[in-house]
Amino acid sequence: MIEIINLCKSFEDHLVLNNLNLNIKKGETMVIIGRSGCGKSVLLKHIIGIMKPDSGQVIIDGVDIAQLEQKGLNDFRMKFGMLFQGAALFDSLNIGENVGFALYEHTNLSKQDIEKRINECLAHVGLYGIEHLKPAELSGGMRKRVGLARAIAVNPEIIMYDEPTTGVDPIMGDSVNDLIISLHDKLNVTSIAVTHDMVSAYKIADRIAMLYEGKIIGVGTPDEIKNTKDPVVKQFITGAAIGPITDKKP
Amino acid sequence: MFLNKDNTSHEKKKELKLFGEKFREIEAWPGAIGEKFVDGVRYIGGACILLAQTIFWLFITPLKKKQVLDQMDKIGVNSLPIVLLTSFFTGMVLALQSAYQMQRMSAEMYIASLVSLSIVRELGPVLTALVIAGRVGAAITAELGTMRVTEQIDALEALATNPVKYLVVPRFLALVIMLPLLTVYADIMGILGGYVIGVFKLGIGSNMYWKMTYDPLVFKDIFTGLIKSLAFGIIISIVACFQGMNTEGGAEGVGKATTIAVVVSFIMIIAADCFITALFYFAFRV
Repeated sequence: MIEIINLCKSFEDHLVLNNLNLNIKKGETMVIIGRSGCGKSVLLKHIIGIMKPDSGQVIIDGVDIAQLEQKGLNDFRMKFGMLFQGAALFDSLNIGENVGFALYEHTNLSKQDIEKRINECLAHVGLYGIEHLKPAELSGGMRKRVGLARAIAVNPEIIMYDEPTTGVDPIMGDSVNDLIISLHDKLNVTSIAVTHDMVSAYKIADRIAMLYEGKIIGVGTPDEIKNTKDPVVKQFITGAAIGPITDKKP
Repeated sequence: MFLNKDNTSHEKKKELKLFGEKFREIEAWPGAIGEKFVDGVRYIGGACILLAQTIFWLFITPLKKKQVLDQMDKIGVNSLPIVLLTSFFTGMVLALQSAYQMQRMSAEMYIASLVSLSIVRELGPVLTALVIAGRVGAAITAELGTMRVTEQIDALEALATNPVKYLVVPRFLALVIMLPLLTVYADIMGILGGYVIGVFKLGIGSNMYWKMTYDPLVFKDIFTGLIKSLAFGIIISIVACFQGMNTEGGAEGVGKATTIAVVVSFIMIIAADCFITALFYFAFRV
C-alpha cells in the first residue's frame, strides 16, 4: 500500500509537485498520466526515494521513506524494480551483468544461481541468450525489455515504469504492454506506470490518475476516465489542441 | 523664440529612462560578482562533501578489487606512453635550454643537476598531473556525465547501490595509487631525456652526468614530489567525479562539464603545487 500525502517539490523557482495526494492499493496497476514535463517522472523518483521532497510524506507499508537513512532506504529499494524511460542500462557491463546487477551486489547467491536467474528473467521478456551482448548492440525496444528483466531480477513487490512505450514503434509498444500485464499476473506485483500514451494506459491500468499543475486532479478506472466530465482530463485524453489546458494564461 | 515644453519633457523622460537602464546595468555587476562567488563556494563545498563521502566509503566497505584494478589499468598503464613522451621531451628541452646559458659560463656539468632537480621537484609531478587531468580527468567526467544524463546513476540508486561507493571510490583509489607511480616513471624518463642531450649532444661524460644527477638530490626532493602527486591525484579524481555526477543538459552539458573539469583541475593543480612548495621549502625548512 503506497500513500502519498501533501507532497511538494520545487526546482529553483519552479513548483513541480504541489501538495500532491495519491493512494495506490497493493496489487493494482496504477497509471499516472499527464503532459510532458508535468512531474510524472519526478513523482516516480520520490516513490523510490531517489529524490527527497521539500515537504510531505511517501508512506510505503507504513514507513515514511522520505525520513529513512541511506541503509534503510537501500533495504527498501530491494522491494522495488524500476524501468527507466531510456532503460538506463549500464554501458560498461554486458546484458547478463546488467540484469544480474542487484543480485551480484546485494545477495550471497552463487554465480550459477545468479546466471540461472538472469536466464529466467531474459526468457520472461523474450530475449533468452543475449547475455553476452553489450547495450549498444541492442535496439531501443530490446533495451527496454532488458531494463524490464533487470527490474524483475530481485523479485520485487512493486514495479515502476517510466514511459514504458515511449521511443518504440506501436507494435513493440504493444509487446511492452503485454509484458507489463503478464508480469503483473505472474508475479502478483503492484505496478505504477507513468505515461502520456493513452492506448497503453487504457490497456494496462486498473486505475488511472491524472497529474496536472502539481496535483492529482482525477482518479478512476479506465472507463471512468474515458467518460469523465472534468474538462482538463477530457482535453488530455482526447488529445484536443484547444481546451482549458492550452487556454490557460501564462 | 519659444521653448517647446512638450519636446523638452519628452527628451528628459528619454534621458531618465536611459539613465535608469545604465544604473541597473551597473547595479547588476556586484550582483553578478556575488553570484559567481557563491557558485564558487558552493562548488568547493560540494567537492569537499564528495571527498568526505569517498573516504567514508573507502574505509567502511570492502573494496571491489576487480573494479579498482580495472581503473588502475585504464588510468595508469594506458597513460604510460603519453607520460613517457611528455617527460622525455621535457627533459631534453630543459637540457637544451639550460645548455645555452651554461656553455657561456663553462658550467655544462651542472646541466644534469638542473634537469634532475627541476624534474623531480616540479616538472615531473606537475606535468604528469596536467597530462593525466586532460586525459583521464576528462574521460571520467565524460563517462559519469553521460551516466547522469542517461539516468544510469539514478538506476544505480534504484538498484540500492550508492553511486559514490560504486563509481567514485575505485577511480579515486586508482588515481591516488597510480599518479605517484606515474610521477616516478616521469622523473626517470625526464632525467633520461636530459641524459640523451647532455651526453650525446653536449659531450658530458656519462659517469659525470649520472653523478651530477643524483648528488644534489635529497630525500626531501623526492618526498615532496610524491606528496604533490598524491594531492594532485585527489584533486583530479574528486573534480572529475564531482563535475560528472552533477552534469545537466544532455550531450551539450556533458561537453561543458568535461571542459570545466579539466580547467578547474588545471587551476587547482597549479595552486596546490604553489601551496605545497611553500609549505615544504619555506614553512618546514629541513
